[in-house]
Amino acid sequence: MKVSKKIASDKVEFTQHTVRKILLGSKEKKGIVNLIVYFAILGGIGFLFLYPVLYMIINSFKSPEDLVDPAINWIPTSLYFGNYVKAYATLDFMNTFKNSLLMSIIPAIIQTIATAVIGYGLARFEFPLKKLWFTLIVATFIIPAQVTLIPRYMMFSKYGMINTPWPNLLPAAVGQGLKSAIFILIFFQFFNSYPKSLDEAAELDGAGKFRVFSTIAVPMAKPAIVVSLLFSFVWYWNETSQSSLFFGSVIKTLPMKLGNFAAAYEQVYNPNDADVYSAINESISLTGTFLSILPLLILYFILQKQFVESVERSGITGE
Amino acid sequence: MKSKKKKHSLTIKQRNSLTGYLFFSPWIIGFLVFTLYPVIYSIRLSLNELNITTNGILMKFKGLYYYNEAINVDTSFKTYLIDEVCFTLCATPIIIVFSLIIALLLNKKYPLLSFFRGVFFLPVIIMSGPVISELLSKYIIDLSTFNPLIHQFLMGLPGFVRNPIIFALHNLVFFLWFSGVPILIFLAGLQKVSSEIYEAASIDGATAWEKFWKITVPFVKPMAMVNAIYTVMELANSSNNKVNLKIDSHLLEVGRPYSFSAAMSWIHFGVTLILLLLVYLVFEGFGRREKA
Repeated sequence: MKVSKKIASDKVEFTQHTVRKILLGSKEKKGIVNLIVYFAILGGIGFLFLYPVLYMIINSFKSPEDLVDPAINWIPTSLYFGNYVKAYATLDFMNTFKNSLLMSIIPAIIQTIATAVIGYGLARFEFPLKKLWFTLIVATFIIPAQVTLIPRYMMFSKYGMINTPWPNLLPAAVGQGLKSAIFILIFFQFFNSYPKSLDEAAELDGAGKFRVFSTIAVPMAKPAIVVSLLFSFVWYWNETSQSSLFFGSVIKTLPMKLGNFAAAYEQVYNPNDADVYSAINESISLTGTFLSILPLLILYFILQKQFVESVERSGITGE
Repeated sequence: MKSKKKKHSLTIKQRNSLTGYLFFSPWIIGFLVFTLYPVIYSIRLSLNELNITTNGILMKFKGLYYYNEAINVDTSFKTYLIDEVCFTLCATPIIIVFSLIIALLLNKKYPLLSFFRGVFFLPVIIMSGPVISELLSKYIIDLSTFNPLIHQFLMGLPGFVRNPIIFALHNLVFFLWFSGVPILIFLAGLQKVSSEIYEAASIDGATAWEKFWKITVPFVKPMAMVNAIYTVMELANSSNNKVNLKIDSHLLEVGRPYSFSAAMSWIHFGVTLILLLLVYLVFEGFGRREKA
């Protein structure tokens, strides 16, 4: 009698234990409850992040009839591509896209080369006044663009460089581009962290300082270079306030065109048109927004891993 | 012995520092031409009245006239500036705490992790002035009125509780979109904490709560400061910022070209510096208390 009771209670305890293990998890495996809570939190917040993008995509497929129909909220009755045709024409997409691409890739490459050289100089050589230079580098990050914008504009206009790409390229080439200070510090961190004996060994073998830089330091700095290229590209792509003043009236990039989308639309599609459906509506401008970020989204989905991993490997955080 | 060695290697040392300067020289040139000169010129602009004639630019010294104009005469500048300061003071802590939570969640090994990481870094890519203003104007990302029941519940609360919550909900999506880079920095830092420290702590019987406060928080503190500085700068420089829009709109104003804008941008910069100093003091004070 007693024995059987004990066995029964053991059994209960056993099943309780396994249930507990499945639900709450153990050291080796995560439990179901953990997973549910985790997905609920991340999924919920993730939805908030994705919501604007989803909203843009869905609305871009709505026809004017769907848009005014209050019954249609999330799923349009049919896939309607008219918005894309109109937004594509309004943005003058191929041309603008080409401008955007050139005006962000070239400064990104120049900025990366310049900041790598500067960072290498700071990390690998002892020279006087280093502390002062560091303070000034941080200062260049803190000084807002608004303060230097007007004098830079006057300077560029004096040398006839307004409405040419030079106002973007020249500062990048001397380490004063968009957030250059961050990249200089990243390269400094990176070149500072690998052993100096590598350089010394190469120097003993007769390599000059510049040879050491180009054949040893640069190949090793790949993660930092990837970070610098990607982020410079994205930041130059998205920058509008400076570039629209410097060359905005001649070279239009996608974000600039988006800035006055409504006006551009009326120029392409005559507003006197009696047809209501040809007037600008929410769907069309959302399609324009979506088209203008589409290249970046595609880039991001291809290079997503590099974005995250390279930041981890490049020691962006420092210590 | 030591001094002898030093003497001997002096030429190499000098050559070394010369090469160093050679590598670094582009920055010095750039700094002088594209930062120092514009900064000095901008101060001059803000203190002078400009007269653009065919013979060039004539300057007439006006002292702090334009600064006075910006603060005491202009009707909207001061309001925008105060609004911005309040907004930054409220938003920065929220963004920092929020991005730390997200980074902690993303630092764990769960399925679908790379997908979530992809989603949370999205703002880094799409953060641009026109896109955000387009999104903000086209649809209301206002969660305080999202659900009428929540709204009704909030209205029943006393004002001092309700207003901060409404402020947070009202700007939630905005906060989220500014937290891309901070999440990235926190995450990169968190991955450097070796799991051995946590294991040692759990062997000593520390709970998850204690581990968080005693290991994670001290470790993450320097990154939090970097993030706070970054966020303050980002908010101040954002092209949707009303102060910046105001400065840009007066750039080529007839009667006071450049000068008025320059004066306003210096006031704005001064205010941002005070905010940065505040961030620094908060983190320093926080650190000292911890040591004691």
